[in-house]
Amino acid sequence: MHELSVCEALLREVQRIAAEHEARAVTTIILHIGPLSGVEPELLLQAFPIASAGTLAAAAQLVLQPLPVRVRCRSCGAETEAAANRLVCGACGDYHTELLSGDEMLLARVELDCEAEAPTHV
Amino acid sequence: MCDTCGCNVTHGNRHLIEGEGALATTADGHRAVTVLRSLLSENDRQAEHNRAHFDRRGVLAINLMSAPGSGKTALLEATLDALPGELRCAVVEGDLETENDAERIRRRGTPAIQITTGSACHLDAHMVHQALHDLSLDGLDIVFIENVGNLVCPASFDLGQHRNVTLLSVTEGDDKPAKYPVMFRAADLVLLSKSDLLPVLDDFDPQRAEQALRKLASTAPLYPVSARRGAGLDRWIAWLHAELGAQRVRTAGGQTVRPAIQPDGLRFHTMPQSHELRGAAPLGPGR
Repeated sequence: MHELSVCEALLREVQRIAAEHEARAVTTIILHIGPLSGVEPELLLQAFPIASAGTLAAAAQLVLQPLPVRVRCRSCGAETEAAANRLVCGACGDYHTELLSGDEMLLARVELDCEAEAPTHV
Repeated sequence: MCDTCGCNVTHGNRHLIEGEGALATTADGHRAVTVLRSLLSENDRQAEHNRAHFDRRGVLAINLMSAPGSGKTALLEATLDALPGELRCAVVEGDLETENDAERIRRRGTPAIQITTGSACHLDAHMVHQALHDLSLDGLDIVFIENVGNLVCPASFDLGQHRNVTLLSVTEGDDKPAKYPVMFRAADLVLLSKSDLLPVLDDFDPQRAEQALRKLASTAPLYPVSARRGAGLDRWIAWLHAELGAQRVRTAGGQTVRPAIQPDGLRFHTMPQSHELRGAAPLGPGR
């Protein structure tokens, strides 16, 4: 159960970005979480309100975009979908594959409520 | 971890930076900032710092992970006894509570720093950095980091080690790699510990354990070892010697290496050119 510490790290980064853009609030946070990231989406969603209380992101919507597990075979070159615990090539069955996606644990996008641009004085 | 050269851009997220670009406005007038940064980038920065700290002194750092009770400390005791005296080691111990494991190591005459995590289920790079303040790396050859016994969380946190060694004790079940794929994908070497018990455990088949590991696309070697009886220790010690030799060559050439697969590690595979420019290309065998 390391989702709370992941959440705290996420919030530090989000607050840094919000401050950089002088945002009043963070409205949406979009994460990319792959099944092989080691982060459990449900637990992250539960930890978020606790970790974000009192921050600019307290009212933010946390959106977790799951990504498929995909592998590329080093032997036959096929790109196929795979399961988290079965990463062999879907075409030829070889285990010499590389992961194309599925272990992401990324802060993809942040949406901010920013003050309207101050009018320029002449 | 690299957040600057674009290597976090993958298949799944390329659309976010193409088209409208990194800064855009949403339909309801909010500013949208595209980030594409690892959630653990703070930990990863500290881990790179720790790794540089080891590299400056030519020290090889090994992270030992397993379920609780798989015999990590017993393996370390047997390893310290088996390594030739001229090799100098130190151990960083991670547990929720007690100084017990560090005391076992110190009884071997080896310096040991105990990290007690309280309720945290894993070590992170900041904890290891703190521990390194209490440990002089000068003259050391190998630092072993014994992670908190847990097959889940430790796999997600880079500590600054060069290699991950995961223990799977034969009392646990040969399907552990299928049950804990994140952990076993992260292993550079898997040790089947307590192998002296195999004759009385007819339900554990080392071949099935290896098949489960290969299904994770892992090419990591898998060695049976018995810390208590000494069987198989020679291969493990030879692996350590080979890794130490490789680390000395790397540090002499100003290079470093990361463990097999950390989360986001695939960026190193798909866009290696970005990282070669940074002088820290992965050198893992056959990866």
